[in-house]
Amino acid sequence: MSTVSYPMADTATMLRRNLRHALRYPGLSLGALGMPVVMILLFGLVFGDTFSAGLGGANGGFDYIDFLTPGILLMSIASGTMSPAVAACMDMTEGIVARFRTMAIFRPAVLTGHVLGNVILTIVSLALVVGFALLIGFRPNASFGDWLLASGLLIALTVALTWFAIALGLTSKTPEGASNVVLPISLLLPFLSNTFIPLESMPSGIRWFAEYQPFTPIIDTLRHLLLGTPMDNGDGWVSLAWCLAIAVVGYFWSQKNYNKGTVA
Amino acid sequence: MSSLAIDVRGLRKSYGDKLVLDGIDLNVAEGTIFSLLGPNGAGKTTAVQILSTLIAADAGEIRVAGHDLHQNPEEVRAAIGVTGQFSAVDGLLTGRENLIMMADLHHVGRQVGRRRADELLEQFDLVEAGQKMAMTYSGGMKRRLDLAMTLVGSPRIIFLDEPTTGLDPRSRHNMWLLIRQLVADGVTVLLTTQYLDEADQLADQIAVLDHGRLVAQGTPEQLKRLVPGGHIRLRFTAPEEFALAAQVLPSAAQNEESLVLQVPSDGSVHTLRSLLARIDDASLEVDELTVHTPDLDDVFFAVTGQPTHDTTDEKVTSK
Repeated sequence: MSTVSYPMADTATMLRRNLRHALRYPGLSLGALGMPVVMILLFGLVFGDTFSAGLGGANGGFDYIDFLTPGILLMSIASGTMSPAVAACMDMTEGIVARFRTMAIFRPAVLTGHVLGNVILTIVSLALVVGFALLIGFRPNASFGDWLLASGLLIALTVALTWFAIALGLTSKTPEGASNVVLPISLLLPFLSNTFIPLESMPSGIRWFAEYQPFTPIIDTLRHLLLGTPMDNGDGWVSLAWCLAIAVVGYFWSQKNYNKGTVA
Repeated sequence: MSSLAIDVRGLRKSYGDKLVLDGIDLNVAEGTIFSLLGPNGAGKTTAVQILSTLIAADAGEIRVAGHDLHQNPEEVRAAIGVTGQFSAVDGLLTGRENLIMMADLHHVGRQVGRRRADELLEQFDLVEAGQKMAMTYSGGMKRRLDLAMTLVGSPRIIFLDEPTTGLDPRSRHNMWLLIRQLVADGVTVLLTTQYLDEADQLADQIAVLDHGRLVAQGTPEQLKRLVPGGHIRLRFTAPEEFALAAQVLPSAAQNEESLVLQVPSDGSVHTLRSLLARIDDASLEVDELTVHTPDLDDVFFAVTGQPTHDTTDEKVTSK
């Protein structure tokens, strides 16, 4: 005799809950949506000319906005990880999770609801960035298939980073702390990558970090897909491997944090 | 054995080197209210958290609703409902949405879930508030919504951790009515409280918990029998009146220093009337008369060994 579990139904219930939260308490989600748009406008319109002049054609002869957009897409994903990390941590500090844990519901549903909710918000944010980029001169030459591949890669990275951010958020005792522990994801990875400038123009120490961190090969792959720039043969696979690795670590780590001390 | 809703033997739990539960045994019969009574820090909440599968015990055999808690936690979860000390409602959802979320998690179906939510809003006097976000609720409303959420899944066993702490007297009384109703419907309730009158009012069985140990267990009546019986206390101002009274009432215990007599009594009106008649007959000038019936306060302080409290619960009739 065993209780039937309802993974899909329970996850859907939790997703509904999180989407309602996003509507009722829009501060976090609006911030996450607005920041990348500000970035694309700021760097595309204000700093763009200076940056391309300084690079002197090192960006492969493309308009700076074309060079910039793929990186800003990753930046939206990265800055979007803060709200699920904070939300998951906030859940734990309130009694509601204690209630969920004493109910016969599909265990991973609570966190999966956060992840799915954030994937939906991030897709909106990515669409906004692409929209504004197109408005100020982004001209990709990608086929439909390329767009599909690029979208798939972006969503895979969103899922992976969100799980990882939630795991980090759950290690923190307060929501304020949770917003700090994800800073390396939301700031370090996008800035210390080839988002704004090519690797060749970086100082050697930072360049070494940028070369081996996950964002750089993913940005290269996106540029290849959307603009047809040349890329190293393995970059696509390296990108997927990074997504998979981050997702697996993030998933199991967050489940472990969520179930800490409880009866499995 | 099958009629036990909760069966615990040798339950132990410590946090680091702090022992919180030191091997307690509990037997709760189906369809009864069982109260864990104890001061703050006695281990009540920890016991509830363990029995509701929230945290793991260090040792002990635990069966809840007939299922071994360590082997079948999911079966236990399907049978129980928990209302904790800190409100477990989603503040950003409305009361109705909170209830519907619970119904969804119990997979009762959309129609049934909505109907159940509306019934509970009605029953818990939250119909109007049901459309507002729960974070705007008062303490009593939150507590009612909390209990209503627990009831959505029609649990057979309900854990209530200090359900009335922080409530005003009226909300408290309403909560008591609701709890009695639950048991009338055949549900088993395990209730923790630090209020002696609450345990006395509600519980069929009481276990007194102190520093992680059960120091007494029984019905309210059995526990009251643990302390010396009731008495009527007579205080005099004049030593000669006191001496005279001591002659008239030879069964009374005497305290010459404070001029107090304690006459053994079962607290009934009949014995009180006959005592008053004897006082009148002897024309005694009594300064103060108090009737003292043993209550759980006496039990509590007797078994936990804490200093005797002020006799605030006595009914005082001053002359």
